[in-house]
Amino acid sequence: MVDLTLSINTDLAREILTGFIKSEVTRIGMSHAVVGLSGGLDSALSCVLAAEALGAENVLAVRMPYKASSKDSLDHAQLLIDQLGVQSKTVEITDMVQPLFKLDPDISKMRMGNIMARERMIVLFDQSEVFKGLVIGTSNKTEILLGYSTHYGDAASAMNPIGDLYKTQVRQLSYALNIPAPIIDKPPSADLWEGQTDESELGFTYEEVDKLLYLLVDQRYSPLEAMEVGFDEKFINAVMTRIRRNQFKRMQPPIAKISNRTIGYDFLYLRDWGT
Amino acid sequence: MKLNLALAQINTKLGDVDANLAKHLDYIKQAKSQKSDLLVFPELSLTGYVLQDLVASVAHKPTEDDPVFKHLLKESHNLDLVVGFVDEDSRHRFYIASAYLSGGKVLHVHHKIYLPTYGLFDEGRFFAWGDSIRAFDTRFGRVGMLICEDFWHASPPYLLWLDGADIMIFSSASPGRGLNDKEKLESARWVERVTKAYASMFTSFVAHANRVGYEDGLHFWGGATLFDPNGEEIAIGPYNEEALTFAQMDLNQLRRTRARLPLLRDERTSLVQKELDRILSRG
Repeated sequence: MVDLTLSINTDLAREILTGFIKSEVTRIGMSHAVVGLSGGLDSALSCVLAAEALGAENVLAVRMPYKASSKDSLDHAQLLIDQLGVQSKTVEITDMVQPLFKLDPDISKMRMGNIMARERMIVLFDQSEVFKGLVIGTSNKTEILLGYSTHYGDAASAMNPIGDLYKTQVRQLSYALNIPAPIIDKPPSADLWEGQTDESELGFTYEEVDKLLYLLVDQRYSPLEAMEVGFDEKFINAVMTRIRRNQFKRMQPPIAKISNRTIGYDFLYLRDWGT
Repeated sequence: MKLNLALAQINTKLGDVDANLAKHLDYIKQAKSQKSDLLVFPELSLTGYVLQDLVASVAHKPTEDDPVFKHLLKESHNLDLVVGFVDEDSRHRFYIASAYLSGGKVLHVHHKIYLPTYGLFDEGRFFAWGDSIRAFDTRFGRVGMLICEDFWHASPPYLLWLDGADIMIFSSASPGRGLNDKEKLESARWVERVTKAYASMFTSFVAHANRVGYEDGLHFWGGATLFDPNGEEIAIGPYNEEALTFAQMDLNQLRRTRARLPLLRDERTSLVQKELDRILSRG
């Protein structure tokens, strides 16, 4: 039976991921990074890694509360800012998003959440220009696979150091990097509306789904093989459907090919071209 | 006889041959100051690894009039060099290649024969497949060179062994992968396991130079190694950082090991050939 603890060597992860941030920032002649700090665990981890890679003074942590955001979120973000000594800024998004909400009295929570996530993206990329720093991504492998994110919102970044770590591995690395306990221990939430938690919205826990994703994705188990090791068929199908239906969020939009050489198909260069 | 080996695990600039050549010349200077006899660079050390559509624009020919190789050949008068590059043949096929330079001459060019085109790899899309595995003579004895995926298959080191190579020089641009709770990455453990095994089974020296640095999200782990004919680790470079690792090969160890353990003497090549003929002719 394959090991389902998903346990990682945190020293090695830390070395590789900080090296990645340092390489990707400095190779284009930059030295700074910008991280949106929500008060949650994923952005805390990205922020810690960026501070270690570039020096705390070269990292700007941006808190972007909405009026309904939990006070804990702001406080927890501040805890980390104080612990790391990174630069920080608070930009409230309420006045930016409310005019759009008011245009449609029937606006759903989902739409409001997406608008807030995209507004935060706008603020971060604007601060990227002010601070001359690259925006560090904060999406983990679990949410990228499940598509539990806002397209062009929280999923947008210049580089992502934690996108190949499942949520349970994010927790493990966060413990090792001394992220404050209140941030690690609280239930994961996008905090887009009061009382929202990831696990109630998804309908399963990260611990359960990470094990299944690890088998299906990393270990290439078929759904039938996953059933044979004890996963429920309905759960497997729900997860497989989510992975497939959210492929669009993981890609650049396809370009319709009409020429002999088309971006994305046969015009192929890494981003690090020439550096 | 002793051979002072230097293994360069360098980072490269993707597609910037001039910048990479300057780094080669710097490492050559360092190796010469330590009185090294042979300096080995990693796979595609002059170009970077994930070249994709850059392949044609970074290709060179290992000749005296080539603007890159003329410098390297000049430096090879008292230091033998193994460099990684994109070789373009006269009919404009592009190969992942390693060149052995010595005394101002190109002694041998190896074209990578196994181009991984699966998982994260896409080499077969951009490069031509080499089709020759040959050992060659140097001032230190007979040598064989392989590049990365070449030695993930057992037959190329075996053929080099039968062709007389007592020193095998492997070069890689091996992306790190398979992080779990072990001390090292799965990819590093695998490569170290097989290179050590080849040294042991072929009672030969096996040197390996692997690059470091990042290309987009890929990370290369370094960890250059030298194993002796007993399969013992003589030197290992650091992981994940540039380094020049020095190690001495005591070539007399070949004789001592093979006197004790005559695996080469006892290798039944005719039997191998007979059985291969049978297996391959089965249709």
